[in-house]
Amino acid sequence: MKRFWSWAAIAFGAIYFLLPLIGTIEFSLRMRRGEYSLDAYASVLADPNFRATFGYSVVMALLTILLGVLIVVPTAYWVRLRLPRLRPVIEFITLLPLVIPAIVVVFGYIRLYNTSSVLPLTGTATGTNILLLCGYAMLALPYMYRAVDTGLSTLDVRALTEAAQSLGAGWVGIIGRLILPNVLGAVMSGAFLSFAIVIGEFTMAALLNRPAFGPYMQLLGANRAYEPAALAVIAFGVTWGCMGLLQLISRLLGVRKTAT
Amino acid sequence: MKQIGWNWLGVVPFFAFALLFLVLPTMNIVIGAFQNPQGEFTLRNLAGLSSPRIVDSFAISIKVSLATAILGCLIGFAMAAAVVMGGLPGWVKAPLMTFSGVASNFAGVPLAFAFIATLGRIGLVTMLLRQWFGINIYAMGFNLLSFWGLTLTYLFFQIPLMILIITPALEGLKREWREAAEVLGASTGQYWRMVALPILFPSLLGTFALLFANSFGAVATAYALTGSSLSIVPIMLFAQIRGDVLQDPHLGYAMAFGMIVVTGLANLAYVIMRSRAERWMR
Repeated sequence: MKRFWSWAAIAFGAIYFLLPLIGTIEFSLRMRRGEYSLDAYASVLADPNFRATFGYSVVMALLTILLGVLIVVPTAYWVRLRLPRLRPVIEFITLLPLVIPAIVVVFGYIRLYNTSSVLPLTGTATGTNILLLCGYAMLALPYMYRAVDTGLSTLDVRALTEAAQSLGAGWVGIIGRLILPNVLGAVMSGAFLSFAIVIGEFTMAALLNRPAFGPYMQLLGANRAYEPAALAVIAFGVTWGCMGLLQLISRLLGVRKTAT
Repeated sequence: MKQIGWNWLGVVPFFAFALLFLVLPTMNIVIGAFQNPQGEFTLRNLAGLSSPRIVDSFAISIKVSLATAILGCLIGFAMAAAVVMGGLPGWVKAPLMTFSGVASNFAGVPLAFAFIATLGRIGLVTMLLRQWFGINIYAMGFNLLSFWGLTLTYLFFQIPLMILIITPALEGLKREWREAAEVLGASTGQYWRMVALPILFPSLLGTFALLFANSFGAVATAYALTGSSLSIVPIMLFAQIRGDVLQDPHLGYAMAFGMIVVTGLANLAYVIMRSRAERWMR
């Protein structure tokens, strides 16, 4: 009896989660009348705006990861080594992006960095790009910080640092050539999550008027019938790819950890 | 003393970043909510939130968030419980957890597209119901661009989030507790009512608060799904930022401030409940 209800719960969930996926795939193939075809995908892939916005978002995602690593790894390392009393404060700050809705933060950006302010970032395209990049790094902060901090907790940071120092390494060398390689798995898992978040992000990019993938998808959705479904399939594939790689890496590292 | 004096330099970049791109922008909005256009202190903006349009938008936002949080918790709990203690074969769990990880991150514009393709006017399920069973859900009053449509869509990332958070809590229920209860003559119902649920209660309530905040701040899915036809708070704020539809910038700041208050309270509840739940999870 218990097993029956368990299967019922799982079956119910499976139907709810699979139907939209099947529905989307089926819909994306319906563009040509009377038969299934890949026309919607061809139409999307041939659209120069698709390539431009997707490329823009990929570059932004990679830069976000780079910026996130540059901010998070030295901070998490330094706090563990020298300022353990600050850890709760830092942790609290890294959780704030989950509390304050992104739309409120970007509203603040527009007000704080407008053309008549001290730091008129929204005045130029480059400035707005930098602002959006920082916004994305802020969105990814909770995930990046938690991943890296968990990674660091498996290391004896103090002993590693002292060993490196006694061999004559400087701070940049310690962080870049010792700490970073040791938490690379954690950094990668943070990176894939950041990538999945940034690639389809809509609110910030739309309100800052940047030609990113999220606003492009929204625009296409408002004007076309079948292409949006094709885009959804592609986006789901990207998310799935990121999460798959994340799991793969954590599993590989798990194996290595037990092996050594 | 000298050492402590220089150590803080190492965290300056982090604090500068957090200040510039998180704290100051938010403070700016909060302060703006308490200022009139001349920059003087006022409570008029907050009072302005009581206009029927804004009250309605908060009401419908809170209703959607409550509905998705309650249903997400119930369904997610049922699925997690089925996998952890329902006597299912072991291979079910890994795919479910992997899928939950993916689906909880599959929000935003594409999710709206997926549901339009499935339950929209010519979506797959809509068409199949009509062809196979002669049921026209749109003639029966269903509309994807409505309260229930939005709720149904949000559940796609709410249920997986619940599964991801509650599964470890369910696995933390010790076998000894159940055995002790059974030795003392408790039925399954009594075990759940008097042992398991009280222990899980903080986790459940905490996750509920998290799901609530998660749905309350979501913009992209709702915007791509309904355009501006369903005036929930984030959608109204979005329109306000783009084109000052309230015709009063400072009322916009007050609205954003209202959003922070709601999500802040929900997250505070989550933090408090989680620290209580951890007492049992050692």
